[in-house]
Amino acid sequence: MIKKLSSGPYLFWIAMFVVIPILMVFGFSMITTNSDGSWQITFSNFTRAFDPIYIAVLARSLKIAVEATLICFFIGYPMAMILAKMNVRFRTFAVMMFVVPMWMNFLLRTYAWMTILGKNGVLNGILSFLGLPQVQFLYSEGAVLLGMVYNFLPFMVLPIYTVLTKMDQSLIEAAEDLGGNKKIVFLKVIFPLSVPGILSGVSMVFMPAVSTFVISNLLYGGQYMLIGNLIEQQFLVINDWNFGSAVAMILMLLILVSMAIMNRVGGDNPEERGVNLW
Amino acid sequence: MKKVLSLVLLVALMGTLFTGCKKDDQVVLNVYNWGDYIDEDIFDIFEEETGIKVNYETYATNEEMYTKIKKGGTQYDIAIPSDYMIEKMIKEDLVEPIDLTKIPNYANIDTRFKNLAFDPNNAYSVPYFWGTVGIIYNTNIITEPVDSWNVLWDEKYAGQFTMVDSQRDSIMVALKKLGYSMNTKSVAELEAARDVLIEQKPNVLAYVGDNVKDMLISEETAMAVVWSGEASTVIQEYDNFEYALPKEGSNIWFDNVVIPKGAKNIDAAHQFVDFLCRGDIGFKNADYVGYATCNTETMKLLDPALMGTTYAYPDDALLENFEIFSDPGDFITEYDRVWTELKAK
Repeated sequence: MIKKLSSGPYLFWIAMFVVIPILMVFGFSMITTNSDGSWQITFSNFTRAFDPIYIAVLARSLKIAVEATLICFFIGYPMAMILAKMNVRFRTFAVMMFVVPMWMNFLLRTYAWMTILGKNGVLNGILSFLGLPQVQFLYSEGAVLLGMVYNFLPFMVLPIYTVLTKMDQSLIEAAEDLGGNKKIVFLKVIFPLSVPGILSGVSMVFMPAVSTFVISNLLYGGQYMLIGNLIEQQFLVINDWNFGSAVAMILMLLILVSMAIMNRVGGDNPEERGVNLW
Repeated sequence: MKKVLSLVLLVALMGTLFTGCKKDDQVVLNVYNWGDYIDEDIFDIFEEETGIKVNYETYATNEEMYTKIKKGGTQYDIAIPSDYMIEKMIKEDLVEPIDLTKIPNYANIDTRFKNLAFDPNNAYSVPYFWGTVGIIYNTNIITEPVDSWNVLWDEKYAGQFTMVDSQRDSIMVALKKLGYSMNTKSVAELEAARDVLIEQKPNVLAYVGDNVKDMLISEETAMAVVWSGEASTVIQEYDNFEYALPKEGSNIWFDNVVIPKGAKNIDAAHQFVDFLCRGDIGFKNADYVGYATCNTETMKLLDPALMGTTYAYPDDALLENFEIFSDPGDFITEYDRVWTELKAK
């Protein structure tokens, strides 16, 4: 009984802030409103979303998000390993240093990149000091990738780091006792055991990367539209909540599918799957 | 069923919790305005004179304001939308009529700005500021004079200018360049505009919003499509900038004060509108904001050097082909499609 009562607030929370909003978005996506205020149930918002121009927007968003996630992984994994191997005293400090920039507002940090990458920015200042020609860093796909990697890297490092530090050391010792060299121990023991952390990190980077509209607005200079920009535009400019909701539903579905695929890849033992972490 | 009922009751109870603590002894006027578009000191003056406290909130776009009021549940007493949005809000019954007899200072408003097409008898709105869209350029870098939208298609300026990251404003530039009306409802004309925008895109440094002033000052960009008030802010601080009104015509816009539907303090709102129309208050706002006032009394207080400048009070002759935006209704989806096609390429 007590158990039942104590879950009440959480159920209320989930109903109010998860279930009802998603149902509302779904509801909006399934209707169209006419100019006289009447509405009808239809799939037309979804069929419209499969127009080639919207597919192009979606494809570009997915491509950039996958790239950003991969880069985060290849930088983040070694980083997490270095952190996990540090002396405990330094480790706490190092992890803290990693998290401190996140205390600062996300927008400010992205604006800072604009002054670093700008035509008369810090980087070009160094280049011209060295007698090299100026480079147009800002307003390119590279700038967007950089902004995403910079902003989302901690989300990749921290879950992997947590898994690595909590790993049962005796397993590694056993592997070494049995004659495994460093490479074998890593490939056969450490890496497979860290998969839940990787899955958690990948989803925590991929999800914000695929739906961001601020980074692309600022660092892409509005040159190209990402799926986040498309949704923002439907809600704030066109006032077409129905189409915007349909695109948002499609995006949710895509994320869901990619997460499901990742869980499949993530191993047969349910305890090894990322499910436990997120 | 009982559970559902208790849930509903709980929500209802929480609702009363918030309304219960509101004091009724002082009238609070809810003002909803563009960010940085009023001198906030005037709220204290207003409270001192009338005892009415002002609760101030801001928005970044007309659409944001519209969406909030349209979805209901708001209690704004004052809002300051632009021309086409006022037209739309009148059409959709989202604004209260304004009783001009309660606003004696309405007489201060320049007759040129009264009875415009979006609100023919000023039955719903009172003029606040007006301005244009044009090209600001850094004269240290762009040495040849600018007088036409065509410079934005000139290969020689590739990568040196920015456009506005706003569908209607950027499409307007292309439509005007082609000699069409910026309120066109012809799909063919819109697609022609799209094609010239796609042709222009490789040369555009960026499509930007509020940060354009910083970009100009830091010489990140040499030329930009801007609203006149932004140009005015930059030019008054830096000598090496000029603002051009393209000869093909452009957008002339008005932001008027309205009383949104759902306002609780209609009388106080009228008092506030009258207060805004006062010469000295108008001056404080014009001085702070930098856009052009619609108030003749305020104009008398302004620096005479501003008169005749392209960015503040241009000669009428320069505004010959200028148009006011009108609400395209459902045709807006065509603008959206064209814009998305440009951005998806």
